[in-house]
Amino acid sequence: MTEAGRKDTPEQAEFRAHCQKWLAENHPGRPPVHIPQGALELSDPAALEWLQAWQKAAYDAGLVGCDYSKDCGGGGMTDCQAIANQAMQQAKTPYFPNIIGLGMAAPTVYFHGQDGVKQKLLRKLLSGEEIWCQGFSEPGAGSDLANQQTFAEKRGDTWVINGHKVWTSLAHFASWMILLCRTSKDDKYNGLSYFVVPIKTALGKGVTVRPLIKMTGETGFNEVIFEDLVVEDKYRLDEVGAGWKVAMTTLAHERGAGVLVTPSAGGMVTGEQGRASVSSAQGLIDLAQQSPRHGKRAADDPAIRDAIIQLMIRQEGFRQNQRRAGVAALTDHPMRIPLQFKLVATEMNQDIAQLAYEIEGAASSLYVNDPAAPLGGQYPLAYMNSFGVTIAAGANEVQRNILGERVLGLPKSR
Amino acid sequence: MARSGNFGFGDDEMMLRDSARKFFADHCSADKVHALVAHDANIHRDIGSNWDKALWQQITGLGWTAICVPESAGGVGMPVVAAVAIAEEAGKAAFPSPLIATFNATFVLRECGTDAATRALANIASGSSATLAMTNAKGSWEASDTDVRFGNEKLNGTAWYVQDAQKADSIIVSAVSADGIGLYLVDPTARGVEIIPDGIIDLTRDQAHISFKDVDAMELAPPGAGDEAIRRAMPAILCMVSADMVGAGEWLLQTTVEYARTRVQFDRPLGFFQAVKHPLVNVMLEVDRAKSLTYSAACAIDEDPGQALREARMAKSAASDMAVFSASRAVQFHGGIGFTWECFVHIYFKRQMHNHVLYGDGKYQRTKLADLIVGEAA
Repeated sequence: MTEAGRKDTPEQAEFRAHCQKWLAENHPGRPPVHIPQGALELSDPAALEWLQAWQKAAYDAGLVGCDYSKDCGGGGMTDCQAIANQAMQQAKTPYFPNIIGLGMAAPTVYFHGQDGVKQKLLRKLLSGEEIWCQGFSEPGAGSDLANQQTFAEKRGDTWVINGHKVWTSLAHFASWMILLCRTSKDDKYNGLSYFVVPIKTALGKGVTVRPLIKMTGETGFNEVIFEDLVVEDKYRLDEVGAGWKVAMTTLAHERGAGVLVTPSAGGMVTGEQGRASVSSAQGLIDLAQQSPRHGKRAADDPAIRDAIIQLMIRQEGFRQNQRRAGVAALTDHPMRIPLQFKLVATEMNQDIAQLAYEIEGAASSLYVNDPAAPLGGQYPLAYMNSFGVTIAAGANEVQRNILGERVLGLPKSR
Repeated sequence: MARSGNFGFGDDEMMLRDSARKFFADHCSADKVHALVAHDANIHRDIGSNWDKALWQQITGLGWTAICVPESAGGVGMPVVAAVAIAEEAGKAAFPSPLIATFNATFVLRECGTDAATRALANIASGSSATLAMTNAKGSWEASDTDVRFGNEKLNGTAWYVQDAQKADSIIVSAVSADGIGLYLVDPTARGVEIIPDGIIDLTRDQAHISFKDVDAMELAPPGAGDEAIRRAMPAILCMVSADMVGAGEWLLQTTVEYARTRVQFDRPLGFFQAVKHPLVNVMLEVDRAKSLTYSAACAIDEDPGQALREARMAKSAASDMAVFSASRAVQFHGGIGFTWECFVHIYFKRQMHNHVLYGDGKYQRTKLADLIVGEAA
């Protein structure tokens, strides 16, 4: 597929050439340890360490945080992150481990953090030296995010935090957390405030991190308990009571609808060599050509062929929507396409994995722990993991409410 | 190959789209179309063709049908996305006219490369309409399937499923002889030509089968070259029909959303209920996917021709499925009123159902794409 890129500015063209040259000379190669399908499944410290070294190298070469200002450790460029991302995708690199940091914490701290603090924090975030996690969900605050019960109480110049966060990916490796919590019980939305809080240095001193086991059998996310954790006021983002507004910056970037493009590497296959990734419809063709079905290849079954092509069309449609989202005159509402990204991408990836499951036939019953499982059981694993993202970041049912209300102007369903 | 980020929609194309949007809003509102095409609800009504020829002449006078005629033939020579922009607005207005038929004829003529074809293009540039007669009695969309024969300098046989045949000033006929498929220009009033209108569901256009008995014809593409010209034009043809469906899909979405905002049941507007809200969001997702794929395919025709057929089939597949879905949800969410003749929704419902099969529905496109991408099945 040809790349549907805009014509580069001179700065972009020069930068693209730099990225391509650097990647050609500095691709990290095959990992020496097993790397899971995504950063959210990281549990082996050795895998993390190898990926951190890759992120640091890419950061030092200027491929991470290109559009952030230089005082915050960024590249001080304009619209160059997307170029670095494209180059890394094309070079089939590993992904970055600091995924929550890059995608959510960085833009939030950048736009709302206090001077002095943000400069210090962002540099090690972008380089991947410090891993970040996100403290939003609670046992009683899932899709209803504003129902936060974790409480920060002002005592003198500091804040004392008590509460319980859940589904906290990467907390077991994190140095820092972005934390949404309550500072007033008088108002649901205006009673929220936003902090960055230390995790690693506070373990056993007000912070407890306990792993949660996913339906796949993998760890990767956690519950985090705060008991009288003391946090300095300089780690508060924006005003007291402005937490919901700050959270909207986080969520906009998480949904791919933010101001800054998230630094994102990837394309390298973590399973068997030479195969398309589990989230690519192209990979289904390879799979169908290898999978037996009713005495023929699955690739010869018209129903399977139709289903594969449907997904390829959805994938191409997603790509062309991204292209159109950049042209104001071709979109009726500026958020109409960006607010679709999370919803469309996660359902598409779920359906790709589900179709792969079908294509594998009887052998799809074999899991990762069986050496005979097709492709090491990667597709059934990807299918189960795909629910993590259709649920997280505002379940897709909530995304449909957001689109219906903010874009179509339908009345609120609450 | 590098492609324009804006799909090739430059200032000229955007200006054209905006003036088309304004023109249809001013002259072709849904109530006017309804009065024009739906004045007779009788299921056994006479077969006819309801359109406002004066409005069509205004459009040709504005030069819209000349935009994709090459400059060498007296046209404007704009890229295919310009025609997509007009076709989308025409679909949004459910505009009854030979617009899409004339665009499609233009794209086929552009591939003929003969003096006769250049003269036919010049006629289109100066306001004449045209349509393609290339389908056989079985309704095949394959370029080489025609029931019309060419021999002894005459056309004989019948062409089927000819779009807007009663409105067209000329007919481009695909006909087979011992040397292969050729293309021929026929005057619909010529001796031996009989246009037999079909009774069709869509109220905004007409369709016919055309019988040829010893008809004199001017050769546009010689035997052996005609099917290839149709094949090369197919990406653009698929884009035109897709753009029409995208425009109609947007109308159905916005009209149904407006109804869901205002119609109150159980003390709430319909759109409060997620059983209505979420499927409407799904309609929007499908409209946007089809729109972006159509723009991309049209852009590829001018900027990356090797990818054009693949992308156009993807666009037509997405647009056809969206057409059915947007139409079905619009009727369903309008409730009882949506099921009546007086509600404008059925005009668009019928146009979508007509368009979705033209040149192959979604499943047909995906069968073709599977051969292209996965390889022929064993």
